Amino acid sequence: MTTATPLDIAAIREQFPILSREVHGRPLVYLDNAATTQKPQSVIDALAGYYSTMNANIHRGLHTLAEEATTAYEDVRKQVAAFIGAPSHREIVFTRNTTESLNLLAYTLGARLRPGDEIVLTAAEHHSNLVPWQLVTQRTGAVLRFVELNDDQQIDVDTARAAINANTRIVSIVHMSNVLGSIAPVAEIAEMARSVGATMIVDAAQSAPHIPVDVNDLGADYVAFSAHKMLGPTGVGVLWGRRELLADLDPFLGGGEMISVVTREESSWAALPHKFEAGTPNIADVIAFGAALSFLNEVGMDKVAAHDAELTHYAVERLSRLEGLDIYGPADPADRSAVIAFNYRDIHSHDIATILDRSGIAVRAGHHCAQPLMRTLGVPATARASFYLYNERSEVDALVDGLLEAGERFGFERGA
Amino acid sequence: MAGNREAQNPVDLDDLYRDVILDHYRSPRNRGARDDASVSAEGFNPSCGDEIQLSVAIINGELSGLGFGGSGCSISQSSASMMTEAMTGRSIESAREMSQHIQQMLTDDEFDLDSVDLGDLEALSGVARFPVRIKCGLLAWKVLDQALANATGESVTDDSDIPTRVTSG
Repeated sequence: MTTATPLDIAAIREQFPILSREVHGRPLVYLDNAATTQKPQSVIDALAGYYSTMNANIHRGLHTLAEEATTAYEDVRKQVAAFIGAPSHREIVFTRNTTESLNLLAYTLGARLRPGDEIVLTAAEHHSNLVPWQLVTQRTGAVLRFVELNDDQQIDVDTARAAINANTRIVSIVHMSNVLGSIAPVAEIAEMARSVGATMIVDAAQSAPHIPVDVNDLGADYVAFSAHKMLGPTGVGVLWGRRELLADLDPFLGGGEMISVVTREESSWAALPHKFEAGTPNIADVIAFGAALSFLNEVGMDKVAAHDAELTHYAVERLSRLEGLDIYGPADPADRSAVIAFNYRDIHSHDIATILDRSGIAVRAGHHCAQPLMRTLGVPATARASFYLYNERSEVDALVDGLLEAGERFGFERGA
Repeated sequence: MAGNREAQNPVDLDDLYRDVILDHYRSPRNRGARDDASVSAEGFNPSCGDEIQLSVAIINGELSGLGFGGSGCSISQSSASMMTEAMTGRSIESAREMSQHIQQMLTDDEFDLDSVDLGDLEALSGVARFPVRIKCGLLAWKVLDQALANATGESVTDDSDIPTRVTSG
């Protein structure tokens, strides 16, 4: 990409203590960012700092610590709202992860469905945006329909149109595939959903870390993502929803914090977003997530996106030159970001991952929590390299060398 | 620290990818279901997708032939291939005993390699040094246990995370 000034990768890497460790005597090459990203010192410090200086339960204490912790927690809610262009921080619900955000929606929206109602997903869904809806169909008699991949292994407007019709009540699709790296035309699909009166949900677990995500541009009703895939700690998910829609939903979990008045017989609900945050939330990790968002803001999501795209382009180019290497997903590297799933020779991806690991290179291998997609692609499993803002070209080179070494071990000549 | 332990006792990829393992992976023996199978069983590793289908012909209490199908990594498939060779001609009891030995070898740090004559199956011992790959090596043997239990009408108690399913042949 030529639009943004390149990132100062060396300066960024210095802020991630784990990147200086060795694995099996070799420098760590961490290429499993689609699973989870590493954390900068500022996030680690925020986590320790919370417990060291202000640990208290929030929203109910009347003492100083409780007040400080509540303010810090609620400030991150505002930060998240600003990060995704949400009109109000009251539209931000903290959950455990993307999976819980999607389950919240499946549970509450699903309760309204009737036999014959249709829920539209895509062929590329992570299990987190498939299994909750399967549970809904079992409870309600609603049916699932799938947007298929086009010939270029992408979700496009035409394949979406074929799945959405007058019976569609919910459209819930992955924004950026954790296997194919492709980005779905969410805004156009949201328009189709609106035209048939369906609710539009976007699984942004992979997109929010890598490209600027603005809920207004997406035109969605709900968006879900996770902190740990964008430099934040594990245990924090986000659900954004339009205020009037969230207000109209029944609660998901009941308990403390989410109520207004409780009698022996019944209760009334707290105002948004607290209605959806039953019990003591993950205060420390939410506060540390704030440090992650600050980090990303300081770098700039435009630059992160440009860097990830450039590195992905370079990796696709180098990998495609290896004899016997198959890359899944769109043919043009410009149509994908940060994720490359592949198979090499006839070497199983677990063998690839084990051999790369001995060279300090961390990749994912297996079905990537997308078994139906693996069946669609006609492979039992793939290896996957995924990048983030601290990865550099030399690490792609190390990956290529590691693959050649794996090939040699399985009896292939070191070509390419 | 894991690093210190490794420095004292380095784990090499050669421990995992022994020549005999790679040979069985490239040229699997007894591939395919047996028409004369008395029992069959199948199993898979849900976390990684390795699959093994096993059919066993049993005549007068002896395993007269084994055939396997499935897909997966080199360790899961070569373990199955080696097993079909090594179990042919054994009694049910002897096959069970060897299965126990192999499973102990893969999972028990204290297992004494010199205590049993494992033949070529000894090549699987290196798998134990790669914790995430142990379940790949175990799969075929878990499936064998199921098939043999089916033959004798017993049930197998298995607390591993490998689901196996028994089908009658």
